[in-house]
Amino acid sequence: MAAATMMPYFGQQMSSKSELVPDWTSQEVSTGTTIMAVEYDGGVVIGADSRTTTGAYIANRVTDKLTPIHDRIFCCRSGSAADTQAIADVVTYQLGFHSIELDEPPLVETAANLFRASCYRYREELTAGILVAGWDRRKGGQVYCVPIGGMLVRQPVSVGGSGSSYIYGFMDSNYKTSMTKDQCLELTASALSLAMERDGSSGGVVRLASISEDGVERRVLLGDQLPKFSTH
Amino acid sequence: MATLVISQSPVGGFSFENCKRNAVLEGEANKVGCSLPAARKTGTTICGVVFKDGVILGADTRATEGMIVADKNCSKIHYISPNIYCCGAGTAADTEMTTQIISSNLELHALSTGRLPRVATANRMLKQMLFRYQGYIGAALVLGGMDCNGPHLYSIYPHGSTDKLPYVTMGSGSLAAMAVFEDRYKPDMEEEEAKRLVRDAIAAGIFNDLGSGSNIDLCVITKGKLDYIRPHDEANKKGVRRVNELEGDRPTGDYKYKRGTTGVLSKTTLNLEVVEETVQTMDTS
Repeated sequence: MAAATMMPYFGQQMSSKSELVPDWTSQEVSTGTTIMAVEYDGGVVIGADSRTTTGAYIANRVTDKLTPIHDRIFCCRSGSAADTQAIADVVTYQLGFHSIELDEPPLVETAANLFRASCYRYREELTAGILVAGWDRRKGGQVYCVPIGGMLVRQPVSVGGSGSSYIYGFMDSNYKTSMTKDQCLELTASALSLAMERDGSSGGVVRLASISEDGVERRVLLGDQLPKFSTH
Repeated sequence: MATLVISQSPVGGFSFENCKRNAVLEGEANKVGCSLPAARKTGTTICGVVFKDGVILGADTRATEGMIVADKNCSKIHYISPNIYCCGAGTAADTEMTTQIISSNLELHALSTGRLPRVATANRMLKQMLFRYQGYIGAALVLGGMDCNGPHLYSIYPHGSTDKLPYVTMGSGSLAAMAVFEDRYKPDMEEEEAKRLVRDAIAAGIFNDLGSGSNIDLCVITKGKLDYIRPHDEANKKGVRRVNELEGDRPTGDYKYKRGTTGVLSKTTLNLEVVEETVQTMDTS
């Protein structure tokens, strides 16, 4: 768990940087990112790009930002890679324990609240924007948004990460209530492609997953399979 | 008479009490014109690749202190367990101590479980420790090994994020090494081909990055067998002094010029007269 005390940021200013070691080796690893989650009747569709950057260098070009928290609950991670990985590990443990106590599959709302609890308590130390999405028996497909700062809100469709700024217009105009699963997958793939085209910190492949009562279906769209929008 | 002592429970994490003092010292040193000594960093090129039967880790052997090479043949591939090794880039002390701590904890863990340790366990331990220190431990690691679930390779960053990939590079020379990997990596390579690939990737780092140099160390981890090849390739052998051609065939090169090489135009002798001689002993105890 991250310490709750405020640590002065001496490390970055103090160390006399050697000229031999380039700048990006000292930058924190961030998932620049575009992430998205959409509800449909009977489940959710989630998607993410696959780029992790340290400064201007791409540390991992095939990252999996769709992290399983439980059998039917996933989270989409954006922000600091270390922070989101650590939080996801903690919540996975807490939710697994809770589920065994209940002897029942956990609710998506519970998972979202566990994320919110960690993100809000340590809000000064963390940089984590998370989308929690999944299916449970009580409310079906649900998407919860836990942005930086630790707010929790349920939304039928949500985007996140640095690339999301470029696709709010696309989302507002193209999302309609009561879409089918395939329409959601198409919408997500298109939105992510558009964002990856414009945002330098997003790119690579598009990872998609659809979660329903029947289980999780995962797919990867490689470069040539991405929907194309420019004609030149 | 006993005195009442209220003990303060130790606060976890680093103590930053001396940072203000260090900042003042650095300011004063800079005013005079000198700088504080830098922590020794391993400039470094380290990499790892998963091949058909296991994992190969590679590293250069240069440790730098600012612009000077502090160690021409340091060992950057650290032991974690008989089937798991870890290359370290970043601050030399941090990588050394972090790997030693996790190696010790992993051995105790293995004795407790009665099983061969898994690479994922080592990864968890390392990432949780580095995250706890919020990036202040400057250790960027390439962790590789072979366990009951097959070969595994992880890259671990100082802030505590990890990536599980078939090929990884870290350190200042990582861009050069990654270029080689991106060009020639194939899944399920044979051991010899993979060794050549790792050797070439480290060589790219050594010859194109100032922070990396000297020799190439390799560590091949397969099921039941471990090859720690140090050095695998002495890419930068120290040359032998050339024979002084003017001298003819003297066996060991000598860079001194023979008397008479420079012509003498004139000679003036000044006879110095010793007036007084005193000896003052110095206390060297």
